[in-house]
Formats: sequence, C-alpha cells, structure tokens
Amino acid sequence: MIEVNGEHIPWKEGMTIQDVLETCRYTYPMVIIKVNGKIIKRAQYETYKVKDGDVVQVIHLMSGG
Amino acid sequence: MSCGKCNKTTVEELKKTHKLLAEFDYEPVKVEKGYANRTLYVNVSDNKIELKPVSEELKEKFIGGRGFGLWYLWQAVTPETKWNDPENEIIISSGPIGGITQYPGTGKSYVVSLSPLTNIPIDSNVGGYFGPFLKFSGFDALEIQGKAENDVIIFIDGDNHKITIEEAPEECVDSHILAEQLTEMYADSEEGKKNVSVVSAGSAAEHTRIGMLNFSYYDVRRKKVKLKQAGRGGIGTVFRDKKIKALVIKFSNLKGDSNNPADFDTIAKTGIKLHKEIHDFDDLQNSMRKTGTTYLVSIMNDYDLLPTCNFQFGNHPEAHKISSKVFKNYFNITKTDGCWYGCTLACAKSVDVFKLKTGPYKGQKVIVDGPEYETIAGVGSNCGIFDPEAVLECNFYCDTYGVDTISFGTLCAFVMECYERGIINKETTGGLELKFGNWKAQLELLHQMARGEGFGKIAGQGIKRMKEIFAKDYGADINFLNDIGMEAKGLEFAEYMPKESLAQQGGFGLTNKGPQHDEAWLIFMDMVNKQLPTFEDKAEALHYFPMFRTWFSLVGLCKLPWNDIVPEDNAETDEPHKIPEHVQNYVDLFTAVTGKKITKEDLILQSERVYNFQRVFNIRMGKGRRKHDDIPYRAVGPVTVEEYESRQERYDKQLKEEVGINPEGMTTEEKIKVLREYREKRYEKLKDAVYKRRGWTMDGVPKLETLKRLGIDYPEVVEIIKQYLD
Repeated sequence: MIEVNGEHIPWKEGMTIQDVLETCRYTYPMVIIKVNGKIIKRAQYETYKVKDGDVVQVIHLMSGG
Repeated sequence: MSCGKCNKTTVEELKKTHKLLAEFDYEPVKVEKGYANRTLYVNVSDNKIELKPVSEELKEKFIGGRGFGLWYLWQAVTPETKWNDPENEIIISSGPIGGITQYPGTGKSYVVSLSPLTNIPIDSNVGGYFGPFLKFSGFDALEIQGKAENDVIIFIDGDNHKITIEEAPEECVDSHILAEQLTEMYADSEEGKKNVSVVSAGSAAEHTRIGMLNFSYYDVRRKKVKLKQAGRGGIGTVFRDKKIKALVIKFSNLKGDSNNPADFDTIAKTGIKLHKEIHDFDDLQNSMRKTGTTYLVSIMNDYDLLPTCNFQFGNHPEAHKISSKVFKNYFNITKTDGCWYGCTLACAKSVDVFKLKTGPYKGQKVIVDGPEYETIAGVGSNCGIFDPEAVLECNFYCDTYGVDTISFGTLCAFVMECYERGIINKETTGGLELKFGNWKAQLELLHQMARGEGFGKIAGQGIKRMKEIFAKDYGADINFLNDIGMEAKGLEFAEYMPKESLAQQGGFGLTNKGPQHDEAWLIFMDMVNKQLPTFEDKAEALHYFPMFRTWFSLVGLCKLPWNDIVPEDNAETDEPHKIPEHVQNYVDLFTAVTGKKITKEDLILQSERVYNFQRVFNIRMGKGRRKHDDIPYRAVGPVTVEEYESRQERYDKQLKEEVGINPEGMTTEEKIKVLREYREKRYEKLKDAVYKRRGWTMDGVPKLETLKRLGIDYPEVVEIIKQYLD
C-alpha cells in the first residue's frame, strides 16, 4: 500500500507518479507532488517509481473564479 | 444595428432624440501615483453633478475600488434605505493600481450598491475599459444617486472635460445593441471606438432582481463591441430602477504611464516577469490563453464538484459535452483576448459568430462573450443541460438582457427540481415544462423575464422570494425548500459543490455579500489535499484567503493572474498555495504605483479594514450576524435519499469513521438524519473558530478591539456594534 493525501491505495510493482495520478483520478494540472517529503518535478512523473509504503502528497493549487 | 422596436435606424437619428438635462464642465487633473484625488457625484433625480475631494484618510483606510464604494454607500444610506429608494447609490471605482498596462489583469472596476436580492451592500467586479477611463478622465470613483423620470444616459467626456445627463428615449435597452449604438454615437471616428466604454443593463434587469451590468470595450481586431459583466447581486436592477439606460465614457489619451506611478521601472520589470511566466507555462498549467476558464468544467466533474441538477450531485457522464475541448472549437482563439490592455493571460474568450435559435433576435448572428466556467456550470450542468449551443444561447441572452448567469443558473436549477418533485407544475409555470435538461423551457423562462411576464417574473425574484411564494401559494413544505434552495443572505450560490469541504461551506457562508466564490475557494486545500485538518486550520484559511482576495477589489486587480499561473519554482516555496512570488509582485506594484511602502502583512491589514467595515455595514442594515451566515443543508450534505444513495459508500464510511456509528441495518433516512446532525454541528463549530480568528464575537460581530486595531473605530461604526457587545 501507499498513502496518497491521507488515503491508502494499493501499490503495484513499477507504479509511477503518473499511475498514481490516474488511479486517484487527479486530472488537475497544477499540482505539486512530494514523495516522503521530497518534491518530484513534473518531468519525472512518468519515470519516477514509487515504492511500497511511500507517502505521496499531491498538493492541488487553487485556481478558477 | 437596431432592435426593430423603434423607427430610428441610424445613430444620428437616435442622437437627435436626446434631450440635454444637465451639462457640467470640469477642470482636468493629472493622476498622481494612481489617484485622481477626486470623485464624481451624479444625482439623476435633480440632475446635480458635483466633484468631491478624496482625502488622505480615505486613501489610507479604504484604498479604492470596493473600499471607496462601501464608504460612499455608507454615507448615502440609512438602516431603513431599501435598494429601490432614490438614496441608494451605484458606485463604480477601479483602484490605485487599476489602469496600468504593464501587468496582466489590471483593468478591473468594482461596483457597489444595496442589493435587491440581499438588501445589504453587494460588490461585483468587472473588466472592460470603464474603470480605468474613469480615473484617467479625472475621477477615482463615480457615485450615482437618485431616480430619473425618464431613461437617461450619463456621458463623461474625458477628452473635453465635460459631463452631460441626456434623456435618451429611443435606444434599445438590450446591451448587445445599445453598447454598439452608443460606442458609434460617442466615438469621434471608427478608430476612436476603442476610446469609448459603455455601461448598460438590459430588458430583464427591469423585471427581475438579478439584473447585472455590462461594461463594454471595443475589440479592434474583431471590430466588435465586447461585454464584460458585473454580475452578482442585482446591480443592473438598481440601474434600471434609476432609469439609467447607460453610462458612456470617452477617453482618448491613454498612455503606459497614465497612472503617473511613483516607480515606473519596477512596474515594468514586475510585468515582464509575469508575461514570461505566462508565455512559458500557461500551456502546461491551465491553458487560460486558449480556453479561458472553461478548463474547469472537466476538472470539477472529475473531482465530484461540478454542480449537477441543483447541486444534488457533483458529476455527470455527459459533462464532456460542455467541456473546454468542445468550446475550444467555438472560440476564435487569439492572443488579444484581454479585457484590458496588457493582459497576456487573455481569458476573455468569445464565440464570434453564433446564430440564435430563439427569442426576439432569432436568426441573427451575434457575438457571444464567453462562456466562462460559472455560466457553463450554472445554466448548463446545474440545470441538467449538456448542449453547448444551448449554453451559448443562454449566455448571450443573459448578457444582452442584463441578467447574472450565476443567479439565473442557480435559480433555474431550483425551479427545475421543484418542477420534477411536483412542487410546481405546468399550471403554475404557465405551460413551461421546466424539467432538468429542457433548454428550450429554460430559454423561454429567460425571455419571459425580459418581457416581464408569466412565471419568468416570479422566478426573477430569486430563490429566497420564490421559496416564500411556493410555500404560501402552492402549499410547499418550506423546510424542504430551505434545504434545497441554494441561496444564502438572499444571493444564489456560485457554481461549486461544497458538500464535501467544510472549509468551502465556510467560504460560501461566512461571507459578507453572500455565497460567491471570490472570497475563498478552499475545496482542493481542504477536501483533496487535506491541508486543513483542524477547525483552527480551516479558520486560518478562512481568514487569510478572504482578506487576501478582498485586496484585489481595493486596488483594481483581477484575481486570475494570482493563481491561474504560477512560477516554475513555486513548489519549493514555504507556502506554495499562496503563490508567494506573486504576492510579492502585488506588494511591489502597490509600492511602485502609490509610493507607499507596504509589506505583505500590510496588504492583509488593508483588506481587513474594509472587510470588517463591510461586516458592520451588514449589521447596520439588519444582517451580518451569526444567524445570517447559515447556509442551506444541500450545501452541507445529502438532503434526499437519492443524493445519499448515489454516494452511499462515502457517506457510510463517514458515519463509521467520523461519527462513530455503524450504518449497517439503518435505513437511508435514518443515516441522513444522523449525518445531518453531525455536519450541522460541525458547521457551527467552524463559525466559532472563524469568528474567533477574525476578532469577532460568537454572534459574528466585530469586537471593539478589532475595530480599534484596524483604525476604523469611527463613532458611527462603533455605535452600530455597541448594542451587540457584552
């Protein structure tokens, strides 16, 4: 399992940040992603692999209105 | 262009019908550090026109824009004044930063009046050229009071330093025609059309309480007049009640330094930095330049936040039909879609040629300004309508009739739910089958509003008054109507589903003017990011963000360039959700324009003064206390069995984990009841925390020490709150 914004979701071998976003249906583009407190750059979303037990924060910035 | 209702076909013929009622010459002044240091007062009852000086105290305490509007309105009215009394005013003001052309989003005007929907002050922001032109013509604000006998136009000739009040009997009231006619009438030449801006309402503003104001600007590339809207709170209704057909301003001498700022170089440097950001990152972020705010439709749908069928649900399988991907094909995308010079974020999209299918202009090809997210969600998904052309048609008619698309959308959704539940029927609606998804019935309701007839006239009174009518005349259960009628303080909700974010419930309820998202939009921080776990965290956000966003309304800025684009290294900052670099830009801009050195803390302090003053103003008008911050239960949780069961897993989990009750074996009705008690208690606890953080009593009244700290403990202000303090 990994933790994403406080919720537990199943971990899969080879799971990337992009996979996490798709699993959670996080489609909003203006997000900041941290894995165990470390910022992951947008360019790494498709290559950075999360590990079992990782704590992922997907911080959505505000917009609109 | 003509509406066909009069026999005058040229603007020359129309102009000849004008009767001069008053003429006033004034001395020009040079704007100094963002201020003209003078305001203009016009009374259309006795045609009095006068100038008022702006004091240093007024600038220090109320800054400009909404601050000036509230101050002048306070002086003009008494606690007994109603929206349609001659004493009520409409005040338009930009603000000290308003009108600079080096930084995106700097052309905003703020309009203040007593609202026909809420009977308290409303403030509404709008783009277009009127506000900056007003200042550069020599006035930090325009105050309009009184009621004319017949329709009038107030013309401010900033080139020749002359103001006239003219009776104008013949022009059509509907904005798409009127703005074009008056632009042509008052421009010196074809090229000079860009120097004219018109403020107008429309025929539905005369018969409803949801009237809005269109502010025009001339799009040189399209050779068309475009309209931006001061939508909220019924100010267009006040405008037409005063028998004002239009305000027209002409100013031809716009320069990059018309604000005569203290430090032009800093403004230019700050602007270049943001232009570069927009150029480099907008396509990767929100694509505002290509799709405007329409990008939000699919995002909101994905996160269960898109109001659907009167806020019952947060998404719909057909939402993709009204998404940005669809509207992008209708837009004529250019890089010149800013509603003021220098805005490279350029979100003011339009559909340049749209053939109307209904109403008095059926068959005509018109330009549609928009649609923006709020309109799509309001008149579209919230009414169960997923036809993009129906949304465009409704957008156009709301604009030209002078009706707020948010209030119209939300009230129409309420009517549709009442119809589907049998609370009203074909007999009560005069034959309109107002079911969710019936866009033709929706349009006919709008046309009825414009004609001032039928069920449209009732619906145009807004949800608050419809609830009373439905209960009294049709025997409806008032408690159920109060649960599903999405209004607070009398104003219809803006188009975001707040059920799963307690902080956003506060963002709608714990507001001054009513449930409008421009105070605080906290859904992601709260519901998705889980950054606000405690009541204190939520209260801090409900202090900081409303104060921060109030600031835009004081200085003449648009909110969008604050957080619809962010710097590349924003993620590495301590508080990325505040966009610290952009906050610093604002601090720098204010100092560079006015010459007054401020910090980011001062910025909040400036807002707090005006915000608390507005709260006391509400109390003065009989609202603004704890009970007035209540919101309908549909904004808080599931009202009906269908709502609960559509998200049963979510709600059952909450009952188990948050409430500590095992839902197994309970009926849905029982579960709704328990969840409701829990959520309503939570909202009350939020009020406590927010009032404490804002320095208010538990009744929601600003404490004397708060007013003293802010330096607004004026005797007349203290007098209002005294009776509510221990």
